[in-house]
Amino acid sequence: MATFKINGIEQNLDIEPEMPLLWALRDELGMTGTKFGCGIASCGACTVHVNGSAVRSCVTPVSAVEGQEITTIEGLASVAAGANSSAPDLSAVQQAWIDHQVPQCGYCQSGMIMAVSSLLAKNPNPSDADIDSNITNVCRCGSYPRVRKAIRSLAIA
Amino acid sequence: MKINRRRFLLSTAVLGGGVLIGYSALKPSKHRRANAELATGEERYVTSFIKIEPNNKITIYVPHSEMGQGVHTSLPMMAADELDAAWEDITVEQAPATDMFANGELVKGFAGEFGLPGFLTGIVNASAVSVAELMNLQVTGGSSSVRFTGESSMRTAGAAARQMLVECAASRWGVAADECSTKLTHVQHNASGRSLSYGELAVDAAMLEPPRDVTLKDPSQFTIMGKAISRVDIPAKVDGTAVYGIDAQSEDMLYAAIRLAPVFGTKLVSVDAGDVLSRRGVKRIIELEDSVAVVADSYWRAKEALKLVKSEFESSDADTISSADLFAGFERSLAEDNNSKVIEVGDAETAMDAAADVIEGNYTVPYLAHAAMEPMNCTVHIHDDIAEVWTSTQDALGIKARVAKIAGLSEDDAIFHHSYLGGGFGRRLPFNWNVIDHATLIAKEFDVPVKTVLSREDDMQQDYYRPAVASNFKAAFDANGMVQAWHNRFTGPIQTPGASHIPYAIPNQSIAVVDGDTHVPIAAWRSVDHSQQTFFTESFVDEIAHRSGKNPYQFRMEMLAEHPRHRKVLEVAAEAAGYGQNLPEGHALGIAVQESFGSIVAEVAEVSLDENNRPVVHKVTCAIDCGWAVNPDTVEAQVESGIIYGLTAALYGEISIENGRVAQNNFPDYEMVRMSDAPEIDVHIVESGEELGGLGEPSTPPLAAAVSNGLYILTGQRVRELPLKNHDFSRSTPIAKV
Repeated sequence: MATFKINGIEQNLDIEPEMPLLWALRDELGMTGTKFGCGIASCGACTVHVNGSAVRSCVTPVSAVEGQEITTIEGLASVAAGANSSAPDLSAVQQAWIDHQVPQCGYCQSGMIMAVSSLLAKNPNPSDADIDSNITNVCRCGSYPRVRKAIRSLAIA
Repeated sequence: MKINRRRFLLSTAVLGGGVLIGYSALKPSKHRRANAELATGEERYVTSFIKIEPNNKITIYVPHSEMGQGVHTSLPMMAADELDAAWEDITVEQAPATDMFANGELVKGFAGEFGLPGFLTGIVNASAVSVAELMNLQVTGGSSSVRFTGESSMRTAGAAARQMLVECAASRWGVAADECSTKLTHVQHNASGRSLSYGELAVDAAMLEPPRDVTLKDPSQFTIMGKAISRVDIPAKVDGTAVYGIDAQSEDMLYAAIRLAPVFGTKLVSVDAGDVLSRRGVKRIIELEDSVAVVADSYWRAKEALKLVKSEFESSDADTISSADLFAGFERSLAEDNNSKVIEVGDAETAMDAAADVIEGNYTVPYLAHAAMEPMNCTVHIHDDIAEVWTSTQDALGIKARVAKIAGLSEDDAIFHHSYLGGGFGRRLPFNWNVIDHATLIAKEFDVPVKTVLSREDDMQQDYYRPAVASNFKAAFDANGMVQAWHNRFTGPIQTPGASHIPYAIPNQSIAVVDGDTHVPIAAWRSVDHSQQTFFTESFVDEIAHRSGKNPYQFRMEMLAEHPRHRKVLEVAAEAAGYGQNLPEGHALGIAVQESFGSIVAEVAEVSLDENNRPVVHKVTCAIDCGWAVNPDTVEAQVESGIIYGLTAALYGEISIENGRVAQNNFPDYEMVRMSDAPEIDVHIVESGEELGGLGEPSTPPLAAAVSNGLYILTGQRVRELPLKNHDFSRSTPIAKV
């Protein structure tokens, strides 16, 4: 049995302890916002938050997140707003993604947004070097210039 | 602009009170069945539909796939503008996958440009289908959607609907139509101040005979086109709700992990599954002609079980082939000179013989994988003599027909479910069928939906690749140092006629293609042949410029006297990049220009070497003449995208063949440009007012040449093989300023 909280809701799953969190989310819970990209923690499409930190869920066995608080793209806005506030539709990062028209095909963007949200929570005004070393997600559509602009707009704000 | 073609417009009242107005592109008799599916009564066949409802809400159906290029926004913008609707009143829907919405305009557009649809040429030859049959495709590719479907269908349907609504209002008011005007989803009678919404007019308007001649707006009248409208698909892409093919779900779904023959074209010999069937969730081991699959109740369980399945594939002549062998074969082909002429102008051979000086440059590029972020996948559910399919595709109709064929059903019994595409880049075009076929054959064994997913490793090793190409050049100079002849032999096959042409005024030219076929499957890859050919031609033109003692920018400008649009984009890009001005120490600028898919693109790359002598691209300045911009922000996004895609190929892209199979596995050994490598990109749209050009591809071709031309200035080393990661720039000598 695997037990953890996802977007504030406790989940008990009768699954193997070595099943990666990615596949527990997608195939067991039907939460498809988190994406499969490479399966080896290289591309970041599967990024979620575990206790607020960005984690690549495709190589994270559910046994490693037992009892932890997990946030996915589906819960980002409500988790960012906190338990007692009325949940907004979008977090500041998500809104910046719309304002700067960042996504193209969009497939990598759940992971990109999760990675950036985690970076900004820890480092509200990251330098270009901070961005380069922390945001290592792959985007084949090449949204990188817009990702950088969107991060800068949030950093200034 | 007056449109008067032998095609026509159709309208009909629909259930619940409203009107559908569409634009027909072919004889309706050919599409009796399809039309019966969506509309009753009159036969009709349309490439686009506009639905107007009594509440003044308007739905525009888009027949193309959204894969990030913004087509679900730009096409409706074109229809809505001609209709004079308020953008807020517009809802966008993906057109269903029926041949009612087949985009014959795409094929006709290409037929006009090349005689055959460029990226489909190989397909036409391979499958002996005619251009007429290709009209039934619902393809998204070839940078075609806006310039062909948009210009020919979307705008026409919008303008026709507007004319009918005006006519209807004028008749109700008893006034002349030319006393009425339209604005924000209403018809107005200017003299009396009366106004009717389109919704109030739609049903009556549908009773009118649609106009045969439609007048499109002059650009000065545009209210929506030309504006940076936010894309309609983006909100769902920031909150996890956008559904891609791989996200298809149902309660009883099963999942297949599959191992395909590692050497292309070989067959499965034997399987030893051990006790895999006893593992949790595992349902079946499926043996197919060229593959073995494990089906389980989760993808992870299927994939883990497949690791334990032993399989043997037949041996093949290809088993010992390496990339070195393939390139040696290319060299033999090139040496034999058993070629097909592409261009013969003047007499290049004689000019070579008479030359005061001849330079040579032999170039190669490797195979490349598409590596779309969404791994290849397909879900099929065969039940009650129908086949339902969910997959991300650039050709919904083609997929429907293919799945039906493999399932042994008629095309009418296949149902396609649309989704967004997690990247296409040519991988999801028709005839790259491998995952589709496998998923269908596997699903035939079950009565529940089965989702087949390729791992990233299989996605990389079972692609249809950008062809590896070798291209040999000679240039002849006269005693005054003027270039007199251009001689080029390259390996085929040609997928895009015209990609090897040069716009430069060199009086004698001989360009020909030789056999380059191998056992490696190939397909279109973003910009198709332009990506390889532009690296070759724009690098060798740079060699000629330097040998002529001229600045590469000035040389191009001088040799392009007959091509003002090329000159303009070069001028704009060079000016914006600060070409000829002082640069930071250790930086250099490289330049390249190429016309592809109707757009002309110049790029200037600012490069340097890092402390490990690896190339760094700091900035790419790009000027694009795409005629005019329907949505300037989408234009910029597509240009940025094409540049990054080209940069990944230039810096890192290499699929190599070892023992007949692909050596690369996943992103670490098929590396991608990430944030840390991504340059600043400065895009300048040059509006020439010419016909619309494509956007999804044209910024990719010049990138590799621009970067390596800059590296030549910086290091004195001429890059004639990609990728750049294989080059050692440690002993570099900057060339003298030119």
